[in-house]
Amino acid sequence: MSEKKIDPQACPIIAKHIKVALVGQPNVGKSMLINSISNAHLHVGNFSGVTVDKTEVLFDYKDYHFTVVDLPGTYAFTDYTIEERVTHEYLCAEDYDIIINVVDSTNLEKNLQLTSELLTMNKKMVIALNMSDEAEKEGIEIDEKYMSELLGVACVKVSAAAKTGIETLINTVIEVYLAPKKDAKLIFSEAVEEEIATIISYLQKHKYEARNSYRNIAINLLKENKKTYAKLHDDPIWTELQPILIEASHHIELHHNTDDIKEAFAEEYSAFNRGIVTEVVKQTQQLESKSLTEKIDSILIHPLFGIPIFLFFMWGLFQLTFTLGNIPMEWIDGFFGWLGETVSPTISNDDVRSLVVDGIIGGVGAVVLFTPNIIILFIGIALLETTGYMSRVAFLLDGFFHKFGLHGQSFIPLVTGFGCSIPAYMSARILKNDRDRLLTLFIIGFMSCGARLPVYVLFAGAFFGADMAGNILFIIYVSGAMLGLLAAKVLKMTAFKGVDEPFVMEMPKYRLPSLKLIWHTVLTQTIMYLKKAGTFIAGAAILVWFLSNYPHNLDLEKAYNVKIEKAVDVTQKAKLENKLAQEELEQSYLGRIGKFTEPLFEPLGFDWKMNVALQAGLAAKEVVVSTLGVLYSMGSDVDETSKSLADNIRENIPFASAVAFIVVIMIYLPCLAATTVFAKEAGSWKYAVYLFIFTSVVAYSLAFIAYRVTLMLT
Amino acid sequence: MKKLLDCHKGEKVKVVKLNASYDLKQRLISFGVMKEAVIEVLEHAPKKKTIEIKVGKMRLALRDIEAATVEVEEI
Repeated sequence: MSEKKIDPQACPIIAKHIKVALVGQPNVGKSMLINSISNAHLHVGNFSGVTVDKTEVLFDYKDYHFTVVDLPGTYAFTDYTIEERVTHEYLCAEDYDIIINVVDSTNLEKNLQLTSELLTMNKKMVIALNMSDEAEKEGIEIDEKYMSELLGVACVKVSAAAKTGIETLINTVIEVYLAPKKDAKLIFSEAVEEEIATIISYLQKHKYEARNSYRNIAINLLKENKKTYAKLHDDPIWTELQPILIEASHHIELHHNTDDIKEAFAEEYSAFNRGIVTEVVKQTQQLESKSLTEKIDSILIHPLFGIPIFLFFMWGLFQLTFTLGNIPMEWIDGFFGWLGETVSPTISNDDVRSLVVDGIIGGVGAVVLFTPNIIILFIGIALLETTGYMSRVAFLLDGFFHKFGLHGQSFIPLVTGFGCSIPAYMSARILKNDRDRLLTLFIIGFMSCGARLPVYVLFAGAFFGADMAGNILFIIYVSGAMLGLLAAKVLKMTAFKGVDEPFVMEMPKYRLPSLKLIWHTVLTQTIMYLKKAGTFIAGAAILVWFLSNYPHNLDLEKAYNVKIEKAVDVTQKAKLENKLAQEELEQSYLGRIGKFTEPLFEPLGFDWKMNVALQAGLAAKEVVVSTLGVLYSMGSDVDETSKSLADNIRENIPFASAVAFIVVIMIYLPCLAATTVFAKEAGSWKYAVYLFIFTSVVAYSLAFIAYRVTLMLT
Repeated sequence: MKKLLDCHKGEKVKVVKLNASYDLKQRLISFGVMKEAVIEVLEHAPKKKTIEIKVGKMRLALRDIEAATVEVEEI
């Protein structure tokens, strides 16, 4: 092996740093363990592939600075998915001092499969026997001292959930870090041991110089480890070593009755692990014939009822989003209304007052208004993730998805897409096949993200009664998803033709959602949303306000002011004032942009205000609402200033145009940030351009159809 | 030869051979589906498009095409 090693004695500053690589199979609670160690706000889920990229966490303990790198979960060193590649490459090529291998105590034998591969890495290692509390409940007793002895690696019982054993774990890491490296004890079958001995004696004879032990080199050679091969390949001893290796693998393959050395080694590891488990694990109580997970599964993934149950859950979530979310929305709405009225008299300058009240308070208020809906949606998705139900849905839907050229696991990024497209694009990495991944990336946008929710809530509330709005919301989301599936089918038949990726997926145990975890997830996402409202969207609102107020047309103002002064009664005055505002708005910069693009959007029935809102929405969907807020608050009737945005929309936008507007919102690009992430995940900006063209064309055509059909029906 | 796909719900079988392509084989092995492993069929999705199995203590979902590559024998 070729890793550089830092000599702890060489530099006293570096000596105080311990860099830990956290490795484990998916779903063993790595992220949760880091959470407990350092209180970091990592995202923890109960389906494979939550940590899509490596995350670094820094903390101090005693005299040491710890850097913990949380690597994506990997079942084995097979480089099957991108995550596995990330982990494997990191472990082989990067600099770190020690590995913490997190294993699930309730399923030790399977977890040791990865451990045994790690043992040949020539790195210091500590095994964290996580979920020890759960194992105890299931009557599993692990003798960790004996296990440490058998493996030659320190094993510590911990529970990330109950926060036990964490001190011991960190102390053990420090101890192992300070102690000289010991070789792990990994014992193979006689056939393999024989060949290892042959290679070792050969290396000894030639006094081959290496950092790794001869035994590990021998094992890696037999396993056909590419790096070890590459290293020895340039050495003169290679010419003699090669025939020995060929003979050796032939012997092992014969012994295992296979022509695949990796399969042979997997069987070797498995046999070794079975041995370890028999020695150190005691099952004190017999498990019930059917575990709780199996009982729940027999209902939730029932061939007949499974899908209706899932649809019911989703429907319930959207109902809740609307009904429950409505209550605090009224308070927030009231608050911003009151704030505007209170602030307004304190500012004497007309321009500044308009900027603060209409621009900032109006724009930001319109976005903050939807925080309750967003929170409910995020809680729903977090629940789906942490309980393990997400994998069940992937199981149920794979047959259906497959028809559309998608993979059952595409479901995970797609559902995440209902929350926010950015993590959705990132979680698409669980799909190994590039074509499948690109296809999924292209249709994630069809799953309406949380930021589009405000637009839907606004329009659904404006045109439908409170009792219907929840259903409308559900219909919008479902039809968006359906459109996505159809788009997938079309893309699969045209741009992404090819063989399907195999579907082999773990179905994790059901877990009760941890309140703390959900709280963390939802809090982080909500804060992100509000931060966006306070910075980016406030900025956009100010820009929209500026563009809609300037340039002032002094002639127009003069002409109207004369008329207004001449006006006899109050209503006529108000009418004229309103007309002035309208005309000023139309000749503003924003009005000009909207007017300029009007011919393009005329077939969809949009007025120029809607055009502007849509174009501003390319930056972020929240801006659509804030823009509408700014535009309609200024052009509205002066005698009814307290009118809500929803009322204004109902009065100013024809129903058919509103439908077409919603269709465009459903389909076109999610936001600037998401598009950037999309380009990164797809591998090229070229794809972002394709995505823009694809979504725009689809959005425009479908909006046109929707507009015409609605016109005919109403 | 009996395939994993042919097993009915609740059946327990032993793996004899993996006939999968290289990638799929590595994937199955990393999940513990390898020679000598004991598998229990837990659940079928509609039309047997996807099946749920139990290997050791782990539950695994696979598609009909993949399940057809696993040769098994009755215990």
